[in-house]
Amino acid sequence: MIETDVFVAGAGVVSAIGNNLPECLDALENSRAGIGPMHWLSSRHRDALPVGEVHLSNAALADMTGLAPGAPRTALLSALAAREALESAGMGEMGSWRTGLISANSVGGMDKTEDFYAHFLSNPATGGRLRDVVHHECGRVTELVADLLGVRHYVSTISTACSSSANAIFFGARMIRHNLLDVVIAGGTDGLARFTLNGFNSLMILDPALCKPFDEHRKGLNLGEGAGYVVLVSARVAAALKGEPLARLSGYCNANDAYHQTASSPDGTGSYLAMKGALARAGLRPGDISYINLHGTGTQNNDIAEGTAIQLLFDPHFPPMSSTKSFTGHALGGSGGIEAVFSVLAIKEGLIYPNLRLETPIEALPFSVETLFRKNEDIRHVLSNSFGFGGNCTSLVFSKL
Amino acid sequence: MVYIRSTGNISPQHSFGGLSLPDKLLLYPGDRMRCVEPDYTSFFDAKSLRRMSRIIRMGVAAAMECLHKAGDPAPDAIITGTAYGCLEDTTVFLKRMVENQEELLTPTAFIQSTHNTVGAQIALLLKCHEYNNTFVHRGFSFESALLDGIMLLHEGAADAGAADASATDADALHEGAADVVARKGVRQVLVGAVDEITETSHAILRRFGLYRSGITGGEGAAFFLLSLEASNGDLGRLEGLTTFYKPHNLIETAEHIQAFLTAHSLTVHDIDLVITGRNGNPVEDDIYDQLEFGIFSGIDAEPYKHLCGEYPTATAFALWYACSWLKKGSDAVVGAAVGGIGDPTRRVLIYNHYQNVHHSLFLIASC
Amino acid sequence: MDKLLADLKRQIIAQLNLKDLKPEDIGDDQPLFVEGLGLDSIDALELIVLLQQEYHIKLASSDEGPAVFQSVRTMANYITAHQGEKV
Repeated sequence: MIETDVFVAGAGVVSAIGNNLPECLDALENSRAGIGPMHWLSSRHRDALPVGEVHLSNAALADMTGLAPGAPRTALLSALAAREALESAGMGEMGSWRTGLISANSVGGMDKTEDFYAHFLSNPATGGRLRDVVHHECGRVTELVADLLGVRHYVSTISTACSSSANAIFFGARMIRHNLLDVVIAGGTDGLARFTLNGFNSLMILDPALCKPFDEHRKGLNLGEGAGYVVLVSARVAAALKGEPLARLSGYCNANDAYHQTASSPDGTGSYLAMKGALARAGLRPGDISYINLHGTGTQNNDIAEGTAIQLLFDPHFPPMSSTKSFTGHALGGSGGIEAVFSVLAIKEGLIYPNLRLETPIEALPFSVETLFRKNEDIRHVLSNSFGFGGNCTSLVFSKL
Repeated sequence: MVYIRSTGNISPQHSFGGLSLPDKLLLYPGDRMRCVEPDYTSFFDAKSLRRMSRIIRMGVAAAMECLHKAGDPAPDAIITGTAYGCLEDTTVFLKRMVENQEELLTPTAFIQSTHNTVGAQIALLLKCHEYNNTFVHRGFSFESALLDGIMLLHEGAADAGAADASATDADALHEGAADVVARKGVRQVLVGAVDEITETSHAILRRFGLYRSGITGGEGAAFFLLSLEASNGDLGRLEGLTTFYKPHNLIETAEHIQAFLTAHSLTVHDIDLVITGRNGNPVEDDIYDQLEFGIFSGIDAEPYKHLCGEYPTATAFALWYACSWLKKGSDAVVGAAVGGIGDPTRRVLIYNHYQNVHHSLFLIASC
Repeated sequence: MDKLLADLKRQIIAQLNLKDLKPEDIGDDQPLFVEGLGLDSIDALELIVLLQQEYHIKLASSDEGPAVFQSVRTMANYITAHQGEKV
């Protein structure tokens, strides 16, 4: 049996611009980016590469969440945001509902593994502490949080690079529509690790200064971290909850670029198909979109590919759009979830977020991004893009109730 | 309920290219099994091969073989499960990062280390723009991928129905619906799982004591082409799939199994064979002992991990194995007697648990 | 120069995992990218690291890449011109 509507009953987020939703909103409203020198991550590139680091130590995160201080940072961030989402949904006792946790991440417990590995290399038989690798797998991170929250009915993990948490969100929505679950905490997380910092650095797509998404002279992305979750519920559950849902998840689509392992096709095929499919699923025309939260990493390749796809789909009526990665940096597996939360907030509060540090719009594109924060706007439908390595492109559409 | 149209399976046995095992099985003394790999040059050109580490070759070759067996259709979705991801590439990049102290690092190993590389590589080779997802949840990785595929097929049928309906109303045919009409929904999905053992992972798992208990580490890559529509030569009908996480005790496990059968209007007596995930660890195998004494008593039970070893996505091998039982009917594939003489194997139940955390049940019937 | 050309071909084959090629299969002036050897943007990054690792030469920016890596000879010329400069 396929239900028709999926509602967002709650949302939670932690990022470089705030440890929870109100803090993030305040930063967005006041154009306060969270990208800067790394504080907790220890790396040779400390002085060379700015990052969007969450302003909490692992010890502080452990205190706030109840997880062990030795847990991977990815799990700590996940727990914080997932719990905020659950509490904001006003679920109370979940006992009667079939509840699932669909979380996504790309690094798993790598922050611990890379510490282990240095010692292991010099002495495989005994080097390194085993407890540092016990949570290496992506799925382990999810289970730490599932067990903490008491979710047991369905637990799974998705990992498709930068589109991971967007894929988790709409997988969760589909499980509700198939009447397999009533409530799904869905989203994703990633903590900073030397592995990913150096990986992206080897691709030469990191900006040594603060990133400038959709700027003609953009130089690359800033790596970030964080977690974002929404609580998705069926219509039946929504009716039973005290508060009103924040929004509806009305559209979603995943498509593959199938062009190259990391680079997007110049005409943004995958992006175009994902956006078009999400609109089709939502029963909307391009002109119905009030705001686009761009994937907008700030790399030469992504922004022109995404921009070209937007031009093809929306020309000549371009909605306001911006990349909030200009605030948070690129939180990889967590970015889709973080931006889903910002998209839901945009609908609930009627907001348009600015794209920071734009100086020169991309010359090849007939549109530009928003540079000022706006509120009290009539935001009916928001399109949120997440495009990852492996050509994995996902777009979500959130709609006003 | 979905039809399994074809499969491709690379495992520590000679399983590739067919649906049966030779009489002489490969035995692995020690705590590790290695896959019998095909000649990859018959699948990939040199240009592709140089960018494909072992796990990617295994996964993509199994997927290609699966499609080939079905006449090389273009799949409408590609969904992969992997618990560990691309371990070798991860290790290579980590090693260099440590040895070079974060300098002079090359990107190839990093790019290939992302978990969705196998699925992405399949899409790249097929130029497939359709849905592509990768699940990385330990002993549920394959099951989640299967569930995703099954849901997509049902949604595809619903989309096709909606498209037919809206196609009759020209006024309603705006761009969105036209898109749905054009795509006509998802018809066939390619679903599989792959996991590898590397020297490093084996050494670490050994240090965890995993192999002291009698377990042999395994690896493998298996893909399946699924469809809602029956076709000639289908290998089996996947009638049911369920998972449960961290059951409190054996009673709860048995209740889940009973509920699963009841939901399909079956009793244990409708099952000809139960394939179990015994792995040689007496503590973990005790669950199977108890169930074979209890709810499964009277049904023939076959283990499978002596063929492929223990790893989080071993149930993909089990599904291939179930198909091989169905196809052979009452002929025992590995010399065990089945039910009464001459009774064909018509319905197989797979029950597997991974570390008593991830439990799964599959119900497969002959076509 | 001949030795440098030969060394470079060996190193390129090793760095880019071009197992089916021998040094004599790569022409001095054969285009490395798109046609010819058919290398791509990831290979370009690998070659940048190769230059640093083997010859201690760092490209000022990745934009220089297409010109420098056009052929083995252009690489050799670049190395010869910049050898001795501090990384």
